[in-house]
Amino acid sequence: MPPDHDLDDYVDAAVPHRHGGPLRVGLGGPVGSGKTALAAALCRTLGAEYDLAVVTNDIYTTEDADFLRRNAVLPDDRIEAVQTGCCPHTAIRDDITANLDAVELLEDRHPGLELVFVESGGDNLTASFSYGLVDVQVFVVDVAGGDKVPRKGGPGVTASDLLVVNKTDLAPLVGADLDVMRRDSATVRGDRPTLLISLREDPTAAAVADWVREQVRVRVVA
Amino acid sequence: MTAALLTLADARLPAGGHTHSGGVEQAIAAGLVHDPSSLAGFLLRRLQTAGRVAAGLAAAACRGGDPAALDAEADARTPSPALRAASRQQGRGLVRVGRRAWPSPLWDALPAAPHHPVALGAAATAGGLTPRDAAGAAAYLSVSGPATAAQRLLAMDPLTVAAVTARLAPGIDAVADGALRDGLPADADPLLDLLAEVHAARRDRFFAS
Ligand SMILES: Nc1nc2c(ncn2[C@@H]2O[C@H](COP(=O)(O)OP(=O)(O)O)[C@@H](O)[C@H]2O)c(=O)[nH]1
Ligand SMILES: [Mg+2]
Repeated sequence: MPPDHDLDDYVDAAVPHRHGGPLRVGLGGPVGSGKTALAAALCRTLGAEYDLAVVTNDIYTTEDADFLRRNAVLPDDRIEAVQTGCCPHTAIRDDITANLDAVELLEDRHPGLELVFVESGGDNLTASFSYGLVDVQVFVVDVAGGDKVPRKGGPGVTASDLLVVNKTDLAPLVGADLDVMRRDSATVRGDRPTLLISLREDPTAAAVADWVREQVRVRVVA
Repeated sequence: MTAALLTLADARLPAGGHTHSGGVEQAIAAGLVHDPSSLAGFLLRRLQTAGRVAAGLAAAACRGGDPAALDAEADARTPSPALRAASRQQGRGLVRVGRRAWPSPLWDALPAAPHHPVALGAAATAGGLTPRDAAGAAAYLSVSGPATAAQRLLAMDPLTVAAVTARLAPGIDAVADGALRDGLPADADPLLDLLAEVHAARRDRFFAS
């Protein structure tokens, strides 16, 4: 690099490492793994503690937003659905405009907002959130997808801030070995945490809710 | 032309364009677009109407026209509330990224969520581009995004769609040249307005517009 180049000229100094405003938590993972069920559980469990809202990225239709509304886990004006132009991972990673609009709309509408969940449209194991959109991200896979999923890796499995392996109740039915999933997750994730849960057996998602509380606490202290 | 124009017209510029189909999603649902030639027809039609209007507004905004007045002119040329919302949504997205990419006091002079062509004109100025560049970007974007949307929705051959878009280049250039001559065009297309309104009422859509 020639000496007359000042690299600071290329970089926007104002880039926040963590966003101001509410803590934004991404919920990603393949279709059907339980992202909406987890969002609903977290809203029920944490709704009385925090001022919170949800953004859904339905691939098609407003199915997820409608589910949350129908189940009345949150008032209507705290749920926003965005369209992703046939490309759910683009909307959470490459061009996050529509999601930022939705988050900002919720922030304007609820000035005291402390926590926003952004559920991605179900995609594949390579889809993860840009940290321009969220502060932390949870990747949700399920036991029914087979116990090889953690070993296969991908950025969601290896690099998410929390890996949730959902539907442990189905393990005996699909012949999945939970110990293998636990061990493989630890191998590919290093120090990053993994929780094996069943939203069927614990509809409050207590363990995940505790993790979220800790993220809010850490951030408020920081 | 400077490299800044390539950045401004790049579909990968994260300004939210990928969530808009420019009416193509509804045109497909209505059976109007179903193959490469019907797509080319739709894009040409869009270029001559919405594209011409956008190019004129973008050039005027880049030339230093009053953003609030041009924003009102854009409203007057956009009878469909759904299209107004879509344009403002894309304008807001462009301001968000433009402000970071090309810092300038111009951004603060814009309305909160300006129409897309008005934001495009401001971005061109902030990026050191000319009114002709702004018009070229507006005309090009009026067809490039919709072409990609059709490719996704109809699983069309991407090479075919790229060829359609490439062959529109002379038409795009002509529209951009015209923007420097013709003041603020007011070409209307009731079909685009109707498609947008029907689309906005649907629950099962991939695209925001
Ligand atoms: N057996 C079982 N089913 C679950 C569990 N969690 C979610 N489901 C079901 O899995 C299906 C997909 O869940 P959903 O939350 O819509 O998945 P998403 O596509 O990731 O949002 C639904 O039918 C849920 O009821 C679980 O822990 N055990
Ligand atoms: Mg879901």
